[in-house]
Amino acid sequence: MEFFVAQILTGLANASSLFLVACGLSLIFGVTRIVNFAHGSLYMIGAYVGYSLIQVLPGVVGFWGAILLAGIVVGIIGVLIEMLVLRPVYKAPELFQLVATFGVILVIQDLALIIWGPEDLLGPRSPGLRGVVRIMGEPIPKYDLALLVITPFVALSLWYLMTKTRLGVLVRAATQDREMVGALGVNQAWLFTGVFGLGAALAGLGGALQLPKGGADLLMDFNILTPVFVVVVIGGMGSLPGAYLAAIIISVLNVFGVTYVPQSTLVLMFIVMIVVLMVRPYGLFGREEVAGEHGQVGEPERPIKPASNKARMIVGAGLFLLALLPIFGSSFSLVLATDVLIFCLFAASLHFLLGTGGLVSFGHAAYYGGGAYVAALLVTHANTPMELAFLLAPLGAGLAALAIGWVCLRLTGVYFAMLTLAFAQLIWSLVFQWGDVTGGDDGLLNIWPAEWLKSTSTYFYFTLILAVSGIILLRHIAHSPFGYALRAARDSKRQAEAMGIDTARVQLFAFGFAGLMGGLAGALFVFAKGSVFPNELEIARSFDALIVVFLGGVKTLAGGVVGAGFFKGIEETLLRFEYWRLLMGLLIIFVVIAAPNGVVGSLRKGLERSGLIKAGDQ
Amino acid sequence: MKRKSFLKGLLGFATLAAMPIATIANAQEAIVIGEINHYKRMAAFTAPYKQGIELALEEINGDGGVMGRPLEFIFRDDQGEPGEAIKIAEELMSNEGAVMLTGTILSNVGLAISSYAAEKEYVYLASEPLADALVWSAGNPYTFRLRASTYMQAAMLAEEAAKTDAVTYATIAPNYAYGKDAVAAFKDALTRLRPDVEFVAEQWPGVFKIDAGAEVQALERSKPDAIYNVTFGTDLAKFVREGTDRGLFDGRNVYGLLSGEPEYMDPLGDEAPEGWTVTGYPWQDMTDGPEGEFVAAYQARYDDYPRIGSLVGYMTVQSIAAALEKAGSTEGEAIRAAFEDLTVATPMGDILFRSIDNQSTAGAYVGTTTVRDGKGIMVDWVYKDGADYLLSDEEVMALRPAE
Amino acid sequence: MTVVLETQNLTKRFEAIVAVDDVSLQLHKGELLALIGPNGAGKSTCFNMLMGQLKPTSGSVLLEGQNITGLKPREVWRQGVGRTFQITATYTSMTVIENVQMALLSHHRQVFSILPYATRKYRTEALNLLEMVNMADQADRHCATLAYGDLKRMELAIALAHDPKVLLMDEPTAGMAPKERVALMQLTADIVRDRGVSVLFTEHDMDVVFAHSHRIIVLNRGELITEGTAEEIRNNPTVQEVYLGGGTVFGSEEGAEHA
Repeated sequence: MEFFVAQILTGLANASSLFLVACGLSLIFGVTRIVNFAHGSLYMIGAYVGYSLIQVLPGVVGFWGAILLAGIVVGIIGVLIEMLVLRPVYKAPELFQLVATFGVILVIQDLALIIWGPEDLLGPRSPGLRGVVRIMGEPIPKYDLALLVITPFVALSLWYLMTKTRLGVLVRAATQDREMVGALGVNQAWLFTGVFGLGAALAGLGGALQLPKGGADLLMDFNILTPVFVVVVIGGMGSLPGAYLAAIIISVLNVFGVTYVPQSTLVLMFIVMIVVLMVRPYGLFGREEVAGEHGQVGEPERPIKPASNKARMIVGAGLFLLALLPIFGSSFSLVLATDVLIFCLFAASLHFLLGTGGLVSFGHAAYYGGGAYVAALLVTHANTPMELAFLLAPLGAGLAALAIGWVCLRLTGVYFAMLTLAFAQLIWSLVFQWGDVTGGDDGLLNIWPAEWLKSTSTYFYFTLILAVSGIILLRHIAHSPFGYALRAARDSKRQAEAMGIDTARVQLFAFGFAGLMGGLAGALFVFAKGSVFPNELEIARSFDALIVVFLGGVKTLAGGVVGAGFFKGIEETLLRFEYWRLLMGLLIIFVVIAAPNGVVGSLRKGLERSGLIKAGDQ
Repeated sequence: MKRKSFLKGLLGFATLAAMPIATIANAQEAIVIGEINHYKRMAAFTAPYKQGIELALEEINGDGGVMGRPLEFIFRDDQGEPGEAIKIAEELMSNEGAVMLTGTILSNVGLAISSYAAEKEYVYLASEPLADALVWSAGNPYTFRLRASTYMQAAMLAEEAAKTDAVTYATIAPNYAYGKDAVAAFKDALTRLRPDVEFVAEQWPGVFKIDAGAEVQALERSKPDAIYNVTFGTDLAKFVREGTDRGLFDGRNVYGLLSGEPEYMDPLGDEAPEGWTVTGYPWQDMTDGPEGEFVAAYQARYDDYPRIGSLVGYMTVQSIAAALEKAGSTEGEAIRAAFEDLTVATPMGDILFRSIDNQSTAGAYVGTTTVRDGKGIMVDWVYKDGADYLLSDEEVMALRPAE
Repeated sequence: MTVVLETQNLTKRFEAIVAVDDVSLQLHKGELLALIGPNGAGKSTCFNMLMGQLKPTSGSVLLEGQNITGLKPREVWRQGVGRTFQITATYTSMTVIENVQMALLSHHRQVFSILPYATRKYRTEALNLLEMVNMADQADRHCATLAYGDLKRMELAIALAHDPKVLLMDEPTAGMAPKERVALMQLTADIVRDRGVSVLFTEHDMDVVFAHSHRIIVLNRGELITEGTAEEIRNNPTVQEVYLGGGTVFGSEEGAEHA
């Protein structure tokens, strides 16, 4: 019993930072509909700023003052981010802001490295709260008790702010209906800025408050991001009580998980999330999303048409030149081109889902990495010949996508995206944990192509043929009746159903097909590299593809491939610089602001405006 | 106007493209080694390592280089991604004229390069990755490893543990391959020496995602006589803080793999654990002999003290230089053959690259932690020769794939 | 006269509220039947049950004597019932003709075909349909750029693509200028005459109703209160009371149903 109580207290103390960060994120999403991926970075800055302030502010007052100040500083940074980066892109297509926040992450990572250096900073102790108190004989750190008091206090303050003040009324109104607030004569832009600042301040506060239990390091941003999203989704996006309850559930469950199933720590919260979303598709306290229900937000996509003969000739000539690479290029240029081709196919498969299908998947790496693992497992454990593995890998990935899609497609919008992410994480942790079969993070090694394909140039041709065929197939299907039905389901599910189209099945097949093509890219990858590791299944990999698809242009057919080629090329160049993440982040933000329709979309618009091409040309 | 700026851009591009060629032409004489590491992702570890390399390069090139030619390292960042590392490996070997590869800290990246190296017949000296698989279950003729492996270091701690009368042990290790290997190795080595010991709890926090309070509670609950710790970095800091606060370490023997390395100890400041038996690098006490000379030279050159990474970087260059001298050629096959049974004089003493598994016999320092002047250090330490902590030849042969 | 579509004792309850109460109506072949009533009368609920969007609490829907109660919208459509929406629902990323082709593709069960180019399938048929609604000249326009009235006519072409026996039109002229309304209803009437389609529509604009419908059914508070020709309804005192004598109910569920 004593032990049980002590565990619950530990869980509740752990919930503190999680809640603060999560409620800030939830608030921002509720009002602005921005999925702020930079929220973990704000948390990290809070920790660093708090650390620096505590160094100069002495004593108990200095300590708590520093923590409060850290919150305020991060709040101001949040306001700046909102005004400089997000405000220009509110009118951009749905979720495009997400890409902007990803750019912010990269910028902050390098800035933090420049300012605070690479070494982990051990958080300073809270003066007067070192040591433990015995509760029922169990030692409980004093600082845990302080957190136990602070969190409900902050939660109550927020509740007061939201229910008893004019600002709160406006925020809640905006959460329900943004247009209405505009109609009430409130300056919507400043409301958004204010809410973003408040959310950022809460994240900063969370970062500073955890200092005495940990510290500040450069991995904090991504480490907190996943649990925070899980909490926000479980609680219901936009709901503060939901975030509070979910933070407690996750933290307490985690403490028990640590004790009774020590190996569960990787997957536990994703399982909880999947279960909750199955029972309550909009989280514990969330409401059904209204935004984006009738077609897409923003300017509607243009009609598509098969490439003109001129375009085909240009692409054909480009491919011909690429095919000559083994003659004039170095062996490395072939390896690089192979990498880029594989990535293009991967991005194109996601683009099919995202653009043509309107289905935003945050977990597409599950099928890319999944395909790679199917091939690697077959070769490692069944001595499968490469040719057969190449056939089975996409099939395996496609089947996995069908199964996962079947579950995820019950949800829509952000919840759908989050569920795809949860399943991807589940697969990742399975591979990571099941070392006997998958090799864990030591991966599967020596997965080399068959003798006839061994040379770098042969493998390059092989990749060229498969990747280009895959991309052409994806493109062709977008023009086929199935592709049209998929777009119909995206544009108006209601109309599609009313004309006899089984939209659920259309979307499921599309999900499976995108998974299949992702799996093909994965198979090409594993035989090119000779090994595969769980990081090919990670969130970061899903986001690589997501970012380039958005930057390339979701609402253009070529966006995925062009984005992938373009940004892979730029990354290859930038990587040679010390602070390449800073440059990449700034570039992403620049593209988001300067080309809100993606590179391809904005290029097309620019050309149309200058009269170089006719409006309506693809 | 537009046309002009376009041409300008083109010109800039051409200059950029021509640059690497110019670099190579200037240093025609140099022998190039390709070094791949996680410079960004693990900056706190790679910076001292790189400094160790550069110190050794300055010394060697100051003495006339290798075979009369200067030795040059090209450093490249792989962001900790195996796929990226492989691409860079190819670039270094086929574009930059590298004669062999070295580097990495993370085991998975090391394994990826090792597999690629074997396929392409490139020589790879794995400097820092610890995975046993690198030379054993996934070993290949082209991969050599410098540092004392997970098994070797765990066996050194197990030897110390076996001397006590502790019977029940609890372990805490990050939930990934290195953590699992380290626990398995410690269990294996300890039960060989003391069949009566019992492992009463195993905790597996996610890497850099430790929930320290809960982990400490869970360990306390199993009431072990001794604890074996593999966590590191921020996890270690949090674990030590919660554990000390909650009295977990009181009256218990604690063994910490790598916990005594400056990279891990220094961030803890005066909260470094006291009385733990650890492997690490007690540079403070090294004043004479080759180890002292290295510490002095390093401090003179950088106005900073060496970390374990500095020493490894330094020894990496020494090993490569020795292999090249012995090979008398920059041909891959000659270098590979030269590494087998190669003896290198290092600050740690003479080490040998065993031909049976390509593992060097570099050892590790084992001692007890204490806090002095607000900083964790190691006392009562000894150097344990790696040769004494390897599996028997038969076991190694059974593990290694047939060549 | 042949009955094409009928409801028998159709009832829908939302918890305590009875939105549609025991409604039995019949739609005859070749008929233009209007369903009217004040806000909250239950028109849309009734419509949604006919189309399969809502499941009735009790009662049934029969199409040519076949029970189609509880079928999904797409199954009802396959049985030969077309529909237009009050708030236009079109595929905004497609051209006008592609919108129509989509319906034809679905009708010919080509939705899962991946080989041909969609735009090359059933183009002639689609053009014919557009011709019928006088939209052929705009066939290749991006439908997001259409004027509202044109969009409505395009929707009509879509609804006719599978040659339905019955056409359900929910407030077909809502949001249109008076002149356009007359034109659209005239068009609808022509189609009914030429193709023998039977149309059931709801409508707010009494001028439209009286000018174009063959027969009118009046709902109030979920109940069918009367039915008859335009002349009969115009002079019916009950109807006059419902519409003019404070019987107008501004219920909330009517609005919600459209969402």
